[in-house]
Amino acid sequence: MTFLVDLFRIVAIVVGTFFFVAGTVGLLRFPDSLTRLHALAKADNIGLGLVVLGLLPLTENVLAAFKVILIWALVLVSGGSTAQLIGRALRSGRR
Amino acid sequence: MSVLPFIDIGLSILVVTVAASTIFMQELFAAVVSYVAYGLLLAFVWIRLYAPDVALTEAAIGSGVTGVLLITAGKRLVPLSRTTTEAEPTLTLRVFAGTFAALVACALGAAILVLPDEPPSLAPEAAVAASGAGAGLGNPITAVLISYRSFDTMLEKIVLILAVVAVWSIGTDGAWGNAPAQLRQARPHPEMVFLAQVLVPIGTLIGIHIFWVGADAPGGAFQGGALLAAMWMMAMMAHLTEPPRIDVRWLRLALVAGPAVFLIVGLAGVFMAGSFFAYPPSLAKPIILFIETFMVLSIAAALPMLVAGPPNERPVP
Repeated sequence: MTFLVDLFRIVAIVVGTFFFVAGTVGLLRFPDSLTRLHALAKADNIGLGLVVLGLLPLTENVLAAFKVILIWALVLVSGGSTAQLIGRALRSGRR
Repeated sequence: MSVLPFIDIGLSILVVTVAASTIFMQELFAAVVSYVAYGLLLAFVWIRLYAPDVALTEAAIGSGVTGVLLITAGKRLVPLSRTTTEAEPTLTLRVFAGTFAALVACALGAAILVLPDEPPSLAPEAAVAASGAGAGLGNPITAVLISYRSFDTMLEKIVLILAVVAVWSIGTDGAWGNAPAQLRQARPHPEMVFLAQVLVPIGTLIGIHIFWVGADAPGGAFQGGALLAAMWMMAMMAHLTEPPRIDVRWLRLALVAGPAVFLIVGLAGVFMAGSFFAYPPSLAKPIILFIETFMVLSIAAALPMLVAGPPNERPVP
């Protein structure tokens, strides 16, 4: 059982890290700001989500697990909204 | 073979690089963004130095609030640079400024070089104080801040209030008493309103939580207060609330509450525990939390007022 949990943790965190790397590569390689924004927002949200999933078995109690999930939720809400705001600013051509 | 030394070296290189790029960045906005990144990296450095309290403060104040402050200041500079025709500084002025900067750098370098090998440390005394007067608190940092170096902590808050007074004084005579201009002039985008509506209640709760756990775990008045301040700023940016007039009673009371309560409790210490800023050990924890509550209030009021700026010429209808 512990082996399966460990395997799940390792796979989740490794795949999560992969999404972070993919997002960074996209940020560096994509041609314009909107596509870069797309790469960053998508990859980071999924990447962080998978890392949080991988860390869940390590949490000491339900409250700590809830806090870790809350961190992910906060990043999702703020990341998504700021991406929309930056995208809007880009389309209206202010910056 | 641990991987941590490599992370530390990488982090150090990154911090220095980002610091340099902040200085050499040509565009103002890019420099501010770089500075915010620098603050966040510094927070990681503090975590690696096992100082999570400082890391929290650095992330909230050094990076977050200062970042907003700098971005707002940069925005206000744009119309200024368009209207004024800038005269090139004369050669004498340049030479003078350069020499002065070099002198300051030399003095700082010399001060570091002549430091004694065994640096003088107040840590043992602070540790004694933390286990003495602040014994009821699980977080020695909070005990040291409020008990051992209480006077410094109080003066820090007074500096904050002085800064707010200075910002308010920049406004014209006719504007005195009015509210500061709104943080965003244009109607806020729906995403901003959504973000503020979702984040402000949660952030307020987390701010109070960080203040409360500060007694026993990393956190405290400054970190919690900074979060509450950020939430108020966010609500103002989304136009969910207006900046208050600077002459309203509750705002001024909130601003002075922290240092005032601190001073009163400190004076009471003369009669109750024998010396200024001494607390009876049995009551230390409730007293410290009592002082910190008002500190949170003052910080949460002062930081947004710094960002909101001087009172506006036209009163907000």
